[in-house]
Amino acid sequence: MASVTFEKVHKKFGDLTIINSLDIEVQDKEFLVLVGPSGCGKTTALRLLAGLEEITGGEIKIGDRLVNDVAPKDRDIAMVFQSYALYPHLSVYDNMAFGLKLRKTPKEEIKRRVSEAADILGIQDLLQRKPRQLSGGQRQRVAVGRAIVREPKVFLFDEPLSNLDAKLRVQMRAEISKLHQRLQTTFIYVTHDQTEAMTMASRIAVINKGDLQQLDTPQNLYDHPNNLFVAGFIGSPSMNFFPAKIVKSGNSMIVDTEDFKVQIPDSLSGPYKNMEGKSVVFGIRPENIHDPEFAPNNIHGEKVASKVDVTELMGNETLLYLVSGKNTYVGRVDPRSKLRVGSQTQFIFDMDKFHIFDAETEKAIR
Amino acid sequence: MTTNPISRFFRWFFYRSRGDSPFKTILIHATLIIACVIAVYPVLRVVTISLRPNDTLLTTDLRIIPENATLDNYKEVLFGDAEKNRQSDFFLWIWNSVSVVAVTSVISVILAAISAYAFSRFRFPGRSAGLIFLLTTQMIPAGMLLLPLFIMIAKLKMINTPLGLIIAYAVTSVPLTIWTLKGYYDTIPVDLEEAALIDGASRLTVFTKIILPLSTPALAIAFLFSFMGGWSEYLVARVVLQKNEMFTWPLGIFTFAQQFTVSWGQFAAASVLIAIPIMALFLYSSKWLISGLTLGSVKG
Ligand SMILES: Nc1ncnc2c1ncn2[C@@H]1O[C@H](COP(=O)(O)OP(=O)(O)OP(=O)(O)O)[C@@H](O)[C@H]1O
Ligand SMILES: [Mg+2]
Repeated sequence: MASVTFEKVHKKFGDLTIINSLDIEVQDKEFLVLVGPSGCGKTTALRLLAGLEEITGGEIKIGDRLVNDVAPKDRDIAMVFQSYALYPHLSVYDNMAFGLKLRKTPKEEIKRRVSEAADILGIQDLLQRKPRQLSGGQRQRVAVGRAIVREPKVFLFDEPLSNLDAKLRVQMRAEISKLHQRLQTTFIYVTHDQTEAMTMASRIAVINKGDLQQLDTPQNLYDHPNNLFVAGFIGSPSMNFFPAKIVKSGNSMIVDTEDFKVQIPDSLSGPYKNMEGKSVVFGIRPENIHDPEFAPNNIHGEKVASKVDVTELMGNETLLYLVSGKNTYVGRVDPRSKLRVGSQTQFIFDMDKFHIFDAETEKAIR
Repeated sequence: MTTNPISRFFRWFFYRSRGDSPFKTILIHATLIIACVIAVYPVLRVVTISLRPNDTLLTTDLRIIPENATLDNYKEVLFGDAEKNRQSDFFLWIWNSVSVVAVTSVISVILAAISAYAFSRFRFPGRSAGLIFLLTTQMIPAGMLLLPLFIMIAKLKMINTPLGLIIAYAVTSVPLTIWTLKGYYDTIPVDLEEAALIDGASRLTVFTKIILPLSTPALAIAFLFSFMGGWSEYLVARVVLQKNEMFTWPLGIFTFAQQFTVSWGQFAAASVLIAIPIMALFLYSSKWLISGLTLGSVKG
């Protein structure tokens, strides 16, 4: 159990800067997920923390201890690799016992811990097998088991579920969450899958091109993204964006996309009062776009005339791909919707749930 | 479409639509059989000569087991000739060979296993230059190295010692062994080592507990190649060893040819006797060779 601190962490490979001044504070017992698109430096950040890469600037602390120059084995961490990295020549038992043996743990203690971890993960029957005799899901459990037996201060996971099929992934997601509750230890988990991040994290750090974009709880990230990148990355389907200008009409503030105009509710218009003529990006999530027939009536709805281009029936909801002038966007509407391809109607935008970003800085204006 | 049976036969013979045509099959097999005969015939000839009584040496008989076949030559090679009051040095030569070549192989595999690891995993100045240099040494014909090797070993005052020969053999076999092992290490995922490092291993522990156990097939092959390389080596041994009691077998059997009359029969018998253990070793290790040919199959 320990907190983890990245302070102005900097990493270069040769002349290429991969991470530029990363500041993250992970609290004790927290489940922190690092999420971001492929190649943004998540794995690199994790490897810096594990001590597998040398840091080129800044400080990394585990607890109060500066670990910049501490060897991986002395950092008191365990890591689950994306490839699982099980030792092919050792049995499952020996794989799990490997670290304990190296640390000269008494035999009885090793036995107790391995068998306890095997119980938690349901792999008691597999202990004598070799890794090549295991399925992907079983290997994944063994890899987690190898980390558990060490009882480290911090667990690191690098996309541990990305090699599993969809169903197993959902199941393992729940199991890893449970494991976190049970072990009460700091977990740092890397993924590029925002669903994984949303479902497991106590807090999420969104990273892009080696920079921290936002660090917050899943709900706050979803409701109040700091910038265009976070807004687009979190949530599926992604938030719709429309280039627009803010204009004034009487006392109200209006968002004008040239193809349609929507009014900002007076109660929310404060921040935009003196921004007349400013170029912005208007954002709204698919679920805040309604089929007029099923729109709730206690919202500040604004009408936007659009045509249905594609429909995707999901059963519990329907996704409509819509066109309004030069803009295409997605609406997630009530499954009872009778709209079909080619239908033209006035869709309702829920203006209590909109986002506006500065077109230049891409930062949220609120 | 002709229905003439002869032209049908030719069509089938040369252009059968599925699989290889009989013509092609025959051609391939004929080539292979001729190649085999060329490879095997001299060996069989050696066996024949070794079985011949000494007075029929110059016969032109082509049978493989000659008339009046005899094991006298073998007896003489192994146990000497009491009548001529000559002792046999055969077992001494074999022992000399085995000890020199085994020690050479052990040393070169150990040296190569360690340096190949560095070449495979670390990036250091001179790494690629070093690798290419190692390869270059393999391109120089052994004969050209003879004089420098001799001078070097003479300077070390190791002429006429087994250690001198061991050093000479090791320097020639280490480069290739390094390349073999480096190629194998490159196929072992780095993840495994990193997992072990986090688990609490030092670099040395990673090497001994993870890399070496995973490399046993490659190590076995490296050992075998190095062994084979030294086993029948003549030139270097000729230069380094001058005393009869130090001789390895390739030098030893030539003593049969250095007397006034060349004892071809004994020469041949000794050759056959020497071939047997090395063939046995080859057969025994063939499972390693085969698993070595499918090297890349270690997965994370
Ligand atoms: N050893 C290295 N040498 C040079 N560049 C590297 C090295 N390791 C990673 N990189 C580069 O650093 C960048 C970040 O890599 P990293 O593996 O951290 O990405 P990631 O966020 O984990 O991506 P993914 O989701 O695809 O795993 C990439 O552009 C990659 O090419
Ligand atoms: Mg990665």
